[in-house]
Amino acid sequence: MQKERAQIRLFSSLGKGTGDLIRKLGSMALFFAEGFCKIFRRKQTREIINQVFYIGAKSTNIVILIGLFTGMVLGLQLYYTLIKFGSEGVLGSVISLSLIRELGPVLTAIMITARAGSAMAAEIGILRISEQIDALYTMRIDPVRYIVSPRIAAAIISFPLLTAFFDLIGILGGYLTGVLLLGVNAGAYFYRVQSYLDIVDIRGGFIKSLVFAVLVATICCYQGFFTHLRTDSYGAKSVSLSTTSAVVMSCVMILVSDYVVTSFLM
Amino acid sequence: MDVPLIEFREVTKRFGDRTILDQISLKIYENQITTIIGKSGTGKSVLLKHIIGLLEPDEGTILFRARPVRDMGKGEWDAYRSQVSYMFQNNALFDSLTVFDNIALPLRQTTNLRKREVMRKVMTRIQQTELTEVVRKYPSELSGGMQKRVALARALVTDPKIVLFDEPTTGQDPIRKNIILGMIAHYRRLFGFTAVLISHDIPDVFFIADRIILLWEGKAAFEGSYEESTHLDHPMIDEFLHSLEGFQDELTGLLSKQVFKNRYTMTLQRGKVDTTISAILFTVEFEPVADAFGAPIFEILKIMGENINDYFGPLGGFSARHQRNQLLTILPHITLADAQSLLDTFAQRLWQEAFIDIQTMVRSRMGADMCLNLSVKAGIIEGRSTDDIDTIIALAETAQRTVAVYRCDQGGETS
Repeated sequence: MQKERAQIRLFSSLGKGTGDLIRKLGSMALFFAEGFCKIFRRKQTREIINQVFYIGAKSTNIVILIGLFTGMVLGLQLYYTLIKFGSEGVLGSVISLSLIRELGPVLTAIMITARAGSAMAAEIGILRISEQIDALYTMRIDPVRYIVSPRIAAAIISFPLLTAFFDLIGILGGYLTGVLLLGVNAGAYFYRVQSYLDIVDIRGGFIKSLVFAVLVATICCYQGFFTHLRTDSYGAKSVSLSTTSAVVMSCVMILVSDYVVTSFLM
Repeated sequence: MDVPLIEFREVTKRFGDRTILDQISLKIYENQITTIIGKSGTGKSVLLKHIIGLLEPDEGTILFRARPVRDMGKGEWDAYRSQVSYMFQNNALFDSLTVFDNIALPLRQTTNLRKREVMRKVMTRIQQTELTEVVRKYPSELSGGMQKRVALARALVTDPKIVLFDEPTTGQDPIRKNIILGMIAHYRRLFGFTAVLISHDIPDVFFIADRIILLWEGKAAFEGSYEESTHLDHPMIDEFLHSLEGFQDELTGLLSKQVFKNRYTMTLQRGKVDTTISAILFTVEFEPVADAFGAPIFEILKIMGENINDYFGPLGGFSARHQRNQLLTILPHITLADAQSLLDTFAQRLWQEAFIDIQTMVRSRMGADMCLNLSVKAGIIEGRSTDDIDTIIALAETAQRTVAVYRCDQGGETS
């Protein structure tokens, strides 16, 4: 009897958890759809430019830094692996393919989540708890249009650009270690990069960065926008928890969706 | 009375198990200042948020000019909301925007005005609310009072027909409170909007309120003017309004209304001995009213009260504050002719001493160059001790005439 009850409790909590998750995902999808549609309303250009500057331009330095060191580490690791097979000549192609297909979009998305995504969730959360979002409503300014849409638009513009930047700097990083430090032929390095890369690889990386942009912007804005609906905390604590949830959920979703998108692209 | 501008009909709002508004019905009339009072947590802010549509009722109907807002189409609802402005308790200013940008935000986002026109409108409001020196500053760089003024300027920049003020004076010092209330009264006259105000600052807020709504346990326990509220014997009114009388009279230094009535009944009406009495009803007026709100009004009434007590007290007179700015003195066993003579002498004393004291106090509190135009009206009547006190007051009110005036450019005079 007790065993049956425990099983019922287990299935009941599983069902409730699944139901909540589906409801939340549906709610996020609607939130994104609303935010995306309102990108094309009037008076958005200035806000979108501001957000592109914040999410995109201000993330450039960190993307350059991470891209450079990722490329350099890849150069080191792959050189000593490839040399065992006498294939160090293909270093350029291996580095460029790993960066463009996989590491570029993923690491760029994670870096932007850490830098701009957390700020998005925290800023919108504070707007919410200090009644500034309500104030927008009372002034007949649509809060989703004014706050969320520019951030979604900016993410969609910035993610692919920063990813491209990351890839380029990463390839140069690989060049630094592979060619300048370890003595791979410079001509061979760039020839392999050029000859093995296909437009399909670049398009795949571009699609991934777009998917990540939508996920990160939606999750971070959603967590901030509905921070007042949290039942586990209130006020400043709810903003901090929303920010944490936004970052963790974004990172998890980046990796999960990376697998899904890759499996479709392959 | 006219059709109410906004009417709540049996509106109920629940949050979880808690019923905040419980079938509440109330009316808000056009071009009036309606003040909503009540203990904390009685749903005052919730009520205000229903008016602007931030919250929707679980049951009941909200009507705007007799039209249920829930039946309004998108265009009609948008047109309604364009007439309503809301000033939040915590101001809700955008921290990342300057004072100018905060005030300009609704114009930039909801209108098609040209940049120059936006600039002109915003600068007009900035000048009216005396914020010219902080135009480029951020809200966090301003004092609490200045932030309130920025919020007020933002609320008024779209020329709304209805402005909702959620505790605009909370956290302000007494002088600032009066300045903010004065600003609301002044701008209401200037721009002609309907104001709905939540305030705990009783009795100060009664100086500007045309109508009072008392929220009690989710219902409107009282709706009406301040004068009407003072005549009610409802237990909830007693608890909320009359409990404040001790506070009022600590400030004015006069008898509380209840003590005054008891004394009148005990000393004059006991045993039904019919004797002559005279009653003088004083009304203190300030000009301009907006400036007067910057001054500590109760300090002024206190100086008046002290002078009245000093002068009429030794003659057996006793006094109480009757209404917002009215003081009533009863002189037992004194005829009209004698009372008139006493009043003439008292009027001399007013402009020779009391007005000087008031101006000195105002200058010490508000700056050396501050001056307040004052006038005192007095209505004097003779009655019998068996007369009802309310009848006496009503008759004295009709007999009022100006007895002493202080003009800043001329000094004091009597008439």
